[in-house]
Amino acid sequence: MAATFFGEVVKAPCRAGTEDEEEEEEGRRETPEDREVRLQLARKREVRLLRRQTKTSLEVSLLEKYPCSKFIIAIGNNAVGVWEEVGCAKLWNEWCRTTDTTHLSSTEAFCVFYHLKSNPSVFLCQCSCYVAEDQQYQWLEKVFGSCPRKNMQITILTCRHVTDYKTSESTGSLPSPFLRALKTQNFKDSACCPLLEQPNIVHDLPAAVLSYCQVWKIPAILYLCYTDVMKLDLITVEAFKPILSTRSLKGLVKNIPQSTEILKKLMTTNEIQSNIYT
Amino acid sequence: MFVPCGESAPDLAGFTLLMPAVSVGNVGQLAMDLIISTLNMSKIGYFYTDCLVPMVGNNPYATTEGNSTELSINAEVYSLPSRKLVALQLRSIFIKYKSKPFCEKLLSWVKSSGCARVIVLSSSHSYQRNDLQLRSTPFRYLLTPSMQKSVQNKIKSLNWEEMEKSRCIPEIDDSEFCIRIPGGGITKTLYDESCSKEIQMAVLLKFVSEGDNIPDALGLVEYLNEWLQILKPLLLHSKTNSRVSRQPTEWEKFANYASDKGIISRIYKELK
Repeated sequence: MAATFFGEVVKAPCRAGTEDEEEEEEGRRETPEDREVRLQLARKREVRLLRRQTKTSLEVSLLEKYPCSKFIIAIGNNAVGVWEEVGCAKLWNEWCRTTDTTHLSSTEAFCVFYHLKSNPSVFLCQCSCYVAEDQQYQWLEKVFGSCPRKNMQITILTCRHVTDYKTSESTGSLPSPFLRALKTQNFKDSACCPLLEQPNIVHDLPAAVLSYCQVWKIPAILYLCYTDVMKLDLITVEAFKPILSTRSLKGLVKNIPQSTEILKKLMTTNEIQSNIYT
Repeated sequence: MFVPCGESAPDLAGFTLLMPAVSVGNVGQLAMDLIISTLNMSKIGYFYTDCLVPMVGNNPYATTEGNSTELSINAEVYSLPSRKLVALQLRSIFIKYKSKPFCEKLLSWVKSSGCARVIVLSSSHSYQRNDLQLRSTPFRYLLTPSMQKSVQNKIKSLNWEEMEKSRCIPEIDDSEFCIRIPGGGITKTLYDESCSKEIQMAVLLKFVSEGDNIPDALGLVEYLNEWLQILKPLLLHSKTNSRVSRQPTEWEKFANYASDKGIISRIYKELK
């Protein structure tokens, strides 16, 4: 509890998260109907892997079905067009803007998996939706499976707003957009940008993937672009270009000077206009 | 589940497990940071679970350029074999409905790894104290029955205050008395589960409010030290010898401070 300036006593937010006493009592008071609702909600929030062309679901995890040497996960970015789709992960949570989870068009796709036509062991995952905390572990199980392979390398690309970057400098003086990286113990190559300094941390799906890779000793690197424009824009995407020259991704992209032209063609305006009312 | 850093799981038979509860002011977690950093405990593995919100960052205990680039995740295990100590650090909050499954998984690991006893560092809302508690020390302890048998005499000699029982439902005058730890997170669940599974567990907590909780963490470590004597008092108060952690208090869901430098000078001030 805390007293405000006006003398009223209010409940101060607790940094330790939800008040567990309430949660415990909720558990005790839960009727069979409540339990049924909770289980139904959990079923609705399940992560499902399926092949969109045949509409069949994948019985095993994606990487158990397909051997993989390189796995690139782009969370919030556009993919380039030399990829063939192998499956997608559909899920629903409160952040989804569409309620229809059965018919996915390419603009509504949640997490789509592609592999390179010329080298099918190279995978790309384009994840343009928010995977909630309780779905992240499931997502990992469905994609990587329970027996993680150590002979693959994972690259994760994502963006954060520059105001999330904790530094003693003023954010106005930061050269935004800029890149930072975090890598697991087993990733021996060097990053093409500085590592993310303390006290900055990463959460959500990128953190879930990197934690998984650190624990299971898979070489993985996360490239984080701090930008002041959260909508897709050329300058932010260009900030990722140095990554294409790293040892792990060098062989995948030819003609780097032309990539700017390709990127311009791929830019589509965001249909959902982001403003304070949406 | 516990996943070791190396090829095989280290032998933890007979070790004392120190762990925090994610509780008000994050005092337990801050205290764990102090202990891990001051004793220079080495990381031996991860407690990989779907119960905690995922997060990653670089090494919060970095002492050199070299070790500052080691990745840290939300639940890590450190050890100090010379003192038979193993420490679990939790760095994020529980996902909804997952706190009880976490307690079950944790205690099952405690049993299977052969740890002799568990000490939980926690905190409770100071505004929920009754009049008697307001006038006495802010530190409390709790022991499970199996722990009482082995350490009761030692604890008695320290003149510590045991956590008092209070009304289960405070608003109702004739409700039963039971142990309540408001703001203590999983403390009560861990305690109850340990009682029923006959695990030797001690809970050490302090009544605190949200704010700058570093002094509370220092106090809790000193309280623990009265019993375990793991840190020489000289070490805790010497500016040159103590390796105080660069507190990861700026990690989200912890206190917000403007810069590291402010925290370190504040910690050193406390230690004088």
